[in-house]
Amino acid sequence: MSVLLTGGKDRRRYVTPAIWSPVRQAKIMLEVRNLKKRYGSLAAVDGISLKAAAGETVGLLGPNGAGKTTTVSMIAGLLRPDTGEVLIEGRPLAGDSDPIKRRIGLVPQDLALYDELSALENLHLFAALYDLNSARAKPAIESALELVGLSDRIKDRVKTFSGGMKRRLNLAAALLHDPQILLLDEPTVGVDPQSRNAIFDNLETLKKRGKTLLYTTHYMEEAERLCDRVVIIDHGKVIADDTPRGLSRMLPLSNVLTIELESVADGLSLDQLQALGEVRSAQLHGGTLRIGVRDLATETPRILQWLVDRGHPYRHVVSERADLETVFLTLTGRSLRDS
Amino acid sequence: MITPIRALVRKDILLFLADPRALIMSVVAPIAIASFFGYALGGAGSQVEPARISVLVADQGGDSISREIVKRLGSEKALAVKPATADEARAAVRKGNASVAVIIPQSFGQNAGQAFFSTSQKPEIAVLYDPSHAAERAMVQGILSGDVMQVVSQEMFGGESGRAMLKDSLARLDRSQGLLGPDQKNLADLLHSVERWNGSPPAAGGGISRGLSMPYTTREEAVTSRQGIQYNGYAHAFAGMVVQFVLFLGIDVGIGLLLQRQRGLWKRLRAAPLSRGTLLGSRIVSAAILAFVIVLTNFLFARLVFGVKVEGSLVGFLGVAAAFALMTAAFGLLIATLGKTPDATRGLAILATLFMVMLGGAWVPMFLFPQWLQKVTVIMPTRWAIDGFEAMTWRGLGFGSALLPIAVQLLFALAFGALAVARFRWEAEG
Repeated sequence: MSVLLTGGKDRRRYVTPAIWSPVRQAKIMLEVRNLKKRYGSLAAVDGISLKAAAGETVGLLGPNGAGKTTTVSMIAGLLRPDTGEVLIEGRPLAGDSDPIKRRIGLVPQDLALYDELSALENLHLFAALYDLNSARAKPAIESALELVGLSDRIKDRVKTFSGGMKRRLNLAAALLHDPQILLLDEPTVGVDPQSRNAIFDNLETLKKRGKTLLYTTHYMEEAERLCDRVVIIDHGKVIADDTPRGLSRMLPLSNVLTIELESVADGLSLDQLQALGEVRSAQLHGGTLRIGVRDLATETPRILQWLVDRGHPYRHVVSERADLETVFLTLTGRSLRDS
Repeated sequence: MITPIRALVRKDILLFLADPRALIMSVVAPIAIASFFGYALGGAGSQVEPARISVLVADQGGDSISREIVKRLGSEKALAVKPATADEARAAVRKGNASVAVIIPQSFGQNAGQAFFSTSQKPEIAVLYDPSHAAERAMVQGILSGDVMQVVSQEMFGGESGRAMLKDSLARLDRSQGLLGPDQKNLADLLHSVERWNGSPPAAGGGISRGLSMPYTTREEAVTSRQGIQYNGYAHAFAGMVVQFVLFLGIDVGIGLLLQRQRGLWKRLRAAPLSRGTLLGSRIVSAAILAFVIVLTNFLFARLVFGVKVEGSLVGFLGVAAAFALMTAAFGLLIATLGKTPDATRGLAILATLFMVMLGGAWVPMFLFPQWLQKVTVIMPTRWAIDGFEAMTWRGLGFGSALLPIAVQLLFALAFGALAVARFRWEAEG
């Protein structure tokens, strides 16, 4: 169950009240309280709070520029928040060399690897940053490479790797010191579907091992597949925080109709369309309409007839179940990828 | 804390070795350029004959005096004298084919002889010179003055035309007897004495010169570390080029830090539980090690191929090299604070480096600078590095002479480092 909170203007915020799923009753590994960060007049992060329990995967979903990376940077201790605090296992981060940072593994959005060095040399370095000497680093490196399936490329220079392999190595580099919390900042950007699946498999394995994952993405299908809970942020604020199912339940629609019109819809008024009782949301891109409806069977014929009556014949209609993309659209009036 | 520092230093060294461009810029380029400059600046000892000044002489007089002057100029080992007409000489100087041209006018011998004992109009020798070779003009003029004085005076005190001019001068004085003042009387007495001197046979065995001669001789001695050790032009050239290209390594250190930030590596490094001192300190250590090894490699090459030896204190040389390496590393950190992106920083850093290198005397020896500029350049750490290397190599000075260059460079290292830490952007981009 969710409640709708209304903020200023048209901004709405959905949060799940204290109904915790079983996994959320586990120990809280990461807690973020009212984080704020401004760059001049721009509020990059504007009061974000969230929690992640042991073994839980929390998705941080939002469009580019929503404040996801800034939030992750503050959690990892890379950026000092203007206000607010980050608690790791209940303890605040205290300074650059605070040993509690060992509990965190960061997978940056960029491929943070030295291309000119071999995979082994890279991993030796990143293990040493966490004070792992050669003897302790060796099994950690073998285990991480095995997880990401790169054991056979250990001596190759990273510059010879494909984009997907680099992404997997980027992940492995964050695992060497066996962190309890993994911060994954868009770890699948720019990879092919096969490598993306491989990374998802790796993350699911880590989840099974009890790791806490904070996963930022603007791909709703990734969040739906991986996350126990999704925190949707926009313009630096949390606008929803719930399980994927809980978020779907809050939607005033259950399906999305995609209608390809015969021609570019000159003169089609979205306002008039949205005024129809059946239409929950409407978007127009060129000759394609996306319309959210509650009852597919009864409402679709009326909408199609309305279009024909106004001189907008259609050639193709597809319906799909409403997803997180639709949730975002409903909450912000904008598409995740268009934002 | 040792494990991360060691790993970060090792990483920097591996990255340097994996980059062929860096190796070329740090080792091959300074060796190639220093070899050229060293050869051009005189090479090792007397192996290379210094370039002679090209001088064209237009002898429009053609008398015995002007011919003798031309002959003497031609025998000067510092000059490469060729005959030419006045027009050819002017054209050659304008084109830069000759540094200096000397034009001896018609009747030079006769007019010079008359002017020797009287205040009559002096003949004029034109000295045309290339303004970019002003120092050579002064040298040629000095040699020419000496030769002219000797030739003209010898002619006046014993030569055929000298005797004729003497008689002529005495005849003019005798005609105006009774009208002479005390000075003219003394001159008449002197000329009569010269006439008697000219009439007497030369003394057996010589010993008395007819005419003026140089009243001294010179003994030239290049003062180096000790007797028998010759100046090695490669020592200065290698000192200068090593300083220049190692500073370029410093630029790479700074740019490397900015690239790390751009490529997200800075986030990974900052996410680890490492202090700022560890992160920047390791970079200083690795850069200093690389700079030190590059200095030694270049001087080792200079030693093996061009015989550039550490004639002074070896400890002092190593001290100067180590202090310079530290200064370079701190300079590199400072570079990383100049701009936000590598591209924005690179141009500015190269300009600053070339400025330091130029004023440090790496390109041309310091003595060619104006006096005021030589005084000002003590604010350049590069000057202290070059002076230190020269003091420990061909000048052969002791450890005491290395102390000041070492101390000054360490102070610069401290200042650069402090400024860099104060300006460094620690936070990663959000």
